[in-house]
Amino acid sequence: MTKILKHRLFWPAAALVSLLAVNIIANQSFARITMRDGQLYGALIDILRQSAPLMLVALGMTLVIATRGIDLSVGAIMAVSGAVALTIIDSSPSPGSLGTVAVAVVVALLVSLVLGAWNGFLVSVLGIQPIIATLVLMLAGRGVALLITGGAITTVNSAPLKFIASGYLFILPFAFFISVAAIATVGLLERRTALGVLTEAVGINPEASRLAGVRARGIKWSAYVASGLLAGIAGVIYASNISAADANAAGFLIELYAILAVVLGGTSLMGGKFSIAGTVIGVLTVQTLGSTILFFGVPSAQSPVVFAAVVILVVLLQSDLVHRTAKRVWSQVRAEFTSSNQQDTEVAS
Amino acid sequence: MDGVRPLLELSGASVRFGPIVALDNVSFRMYPGEVHSLMGENGAGKSTLIKAITGAHELTTGTLTLDGKTVHFDSPRAAHAAGINAVYQEIDLLPNLSVAENIALGREPRRYGMIDNRQMREHATEVLRDLGLDVDPASILGRHSLAVQQLVAIARAISTDVKVLVLDEPTSSLDMDEVAELFRVIRELKQRGVAILFVSHFLEQVYEICDRITVLRDGALVGEYLTTELLRIDLVQKMLGRDPAEFTSRRRAAIEQAAKPAFLSARGVTTFPGIAEADIDLAEGEVIGVAGLLGSGRTALARAITGVDVLEQGVVKVEDRARRLDPPRRALALGVAYSSENRRTEGLLGDLSVIDNITLALQAQRGVWRRIRPARQRELAASWADALGIRPSDLDRPAGTLSGGNQQKVMLARLLALAPRVLVLDEPTRGIDVGAKVEIQNLVADLADNGLAVVFISAELEEVLRVGDQIAILRDGEIVDILPSEGLNFDALLALVARPDMPAA
Repeated sequence: MTKILKHRLFWPAAALVSLLAVNIIANQSFARITMRDGQLYGALIDILRQSAPLMLVALGMTLVIATRGIDLSVGAIMAVSGAVALTIIDSSPSPGSLGTVAVAVVVALLVSLVLGAWNGFLVSVLGIQPIIATLVLMLAGRGVALLITGGAITTVNSAPLKFIASGYLFILPFAFFISVAAIATVGLLERRTALGVLTEAVGINPEASRLAGVRARGIKWSAYVASGLLAGIAGVIYASNISAADANAAGFLIELYAILAVVLGGTSLMGGKFSIAGTVIGVLTVQTLGSTILFFGVPSAQSPVVFAAVVILVVLLQSDLVHRTAKRVWSQVRAEFTSSNQQDTEVAS
Repeated sequence: MDGVRPLLELSGASVRFGPIVALDNVSFRMYPGEVHSLMGENGAGKSTLIKAITGAHELTTGTLTLDGKTVHFDSPRAAHAAGINAVYQEIDLLPNLSVAENIALGREPRRYGMIDNRQMREHATEVLRDLGLDVDPASILGRHSLAVQQLVAIARAISTDVKVLVLDEPTSSLDMDEVAELFRVIRELKQRGVAILFVSHFLEQVYEICDRITVLRDGALVGEYLTTELLRIDLVQKMLGRDPAEFTSRRRAAIEQAAKPAFLSARGVTTFPGIAEADIDLAEGEVIGVAGLLGSGRTALARAITGVDVLEQGVVKVEDRARRLDPPRRALALGVAYSSENRRTEGLLGDLSVIDNITLALQAQRGVWRRIRPARQRELAASWADALGIRPSDLDRPAGTLSGGNQQKVMLARLLALAPRVLVLDEPTRGIDVGAKVEIQNLVADLADNGLAVVFISAELEEVLRVGDQIAILRDGEIVDILPSEGLNFDALLALVARPDMPAA
């Protein structure tokens, strides 16, 4: 029991489970999953589907944070990626063909990769502070996206594109499979290669790692490239969801939600030890919270306040200080209870 | 000293943390005007004793008397008010404030509710003058050397009415001149009747400044001795509880190795600032001890010949071929390994497990894709932990939780796992207890006997002399001489290392 309590994913998981429990208690239909035409539907399925962009971005963010960095440009990269893909599809004579969409997606992802490499270059080669280095693209990226779309919201009507975000494979949403594939890829890279331990080493202490012969520069760079690429995929999913490239709305504030998800998953902003499973839990928590607020009918103007309040609650739930205080209070209460019991028995005798 | 009442007396003192006994029925006393040394390995109970008399730990049993009165401190503040003050190794002052502000910190003189700057400065000037320190009270503390900062910390500690002053490892970051200055101040305080508890790893200094020595081992009292009546070898034996025969220096059979060609030879190696025009040859099976003061270029030399720093000038040949060694990754691939003097900032990755720490350099050489299998990692780490005597044997523990000596062995294991040909060790025994120190010294000898070329850097000349076959003498960024250790004694080495304008020894 104590072993479970001490596991570093215990509190993140507890937060997610209690959030789900609150929803289910408030409204049993939350947990209901129905099968229609061989496809699953329900609030939980929606969470899995809608969390895909945040999942991808947060996975990249985890790697970047592990190297003691931060990537603020992911939202802007999503916007650029969506703009590139939609512009290609829009200008093609056959927007509905699978070939066009494939080309558009590949080009969009290549562009995202280059943007990630640019961030990595600024941070690992020029040694610019990550928050500043990625701020450049965060601010400039949406401008670039607007430039690509010509200042308008590009809309297309393309079935293969639509499928990415809204389609079903077997009985589950296709976007969910993208999430799973990304989690599996990053997880395998971390576990089956030495990337995980070398990334942690660089994050804990770059100079000590360099002296041990670790290619600290390469490791950092690759984290930003991965973050850029994953943000690019998220951008395509977002664009697919609304069949449009909206340079201003795509991935708006997602960098902050991604950082939140990573931290909720137990990875420290100080870099070093990181947990992919933790990030997955963190993303689901953030997404569930978003759905919960909708579900409870909180007016959208006030939803950020509720969101913030719950986040504080969740963070407190995970805090060591709170755990220690709670433990102390509990033992005091118990001590008092037993002593007053003793007194009672003494009086009785 | 019989007849004089002790200023501070601890009798039958025990400190327990749950089931752990950190201090077991220890009696300890200090007289006014004496310098008293507390000796023991790490874990002997030195820190616990200090914390018990400075109010950071409460006694589980036993009593503490000060000036004949039984006292009970529940906080460092209470101890401070009673006249017991401590200066620790890590200076806990504010580098961005002035010297005067630091001295007055927390008890600034007030006037109309505002800090009275003039009075504060006058007070500081007075305190500093009393100690014979030539420091401008208005200057910013952080601009001064660590030594001066340390002295200011002492000035602060004695600026109130102090009876007992605890100095915990005060000399670990000072060079010889600065130590001399500190000792002058200590003698000054002694004159005033302050009792000083001096804790240091440096036996030299203990013998120079202390009147009496109390030895602790495993939380218990071994004994209290007059410094003049306790031989060094006996002191070490009492601290370790072991046979002194283990500490005799290694006498090597083969010194005729000089004919062997150098594995690594450096010519005209220069980095700025640090080392200029250094020539050195490292031969297999030979230990070169590097002797020099802080700032003499000992670390710069080590970093220059191991690819850590980029050379401004000069060439390094490895097996007769001129090679570029930087970055360290390249040097490691050529078999040239460096272990930094800063274990915490440039060595150990404290959050990672012992296994990951030991296999890190090897994994880095293999690259990201060719991962060492976990089973193989554990096997490797276990065999090195066994070979070097790394304790405890729980290899999944974060390396940062190990003791200093074991951390150092983890660092060594990391490099040895690469099967290097040259091992450059910068202060491998700094801040670790005597037992681990001897183990590391013996290990260096073994490694050399197995054909490694070793460079051994240490601020402790005795150790350099004991471990080195050849001694390289550094002064002001230059190698002044390289001579065989045979026939060199401590005083002669000290004279060579010391600056020419300083009288030898």
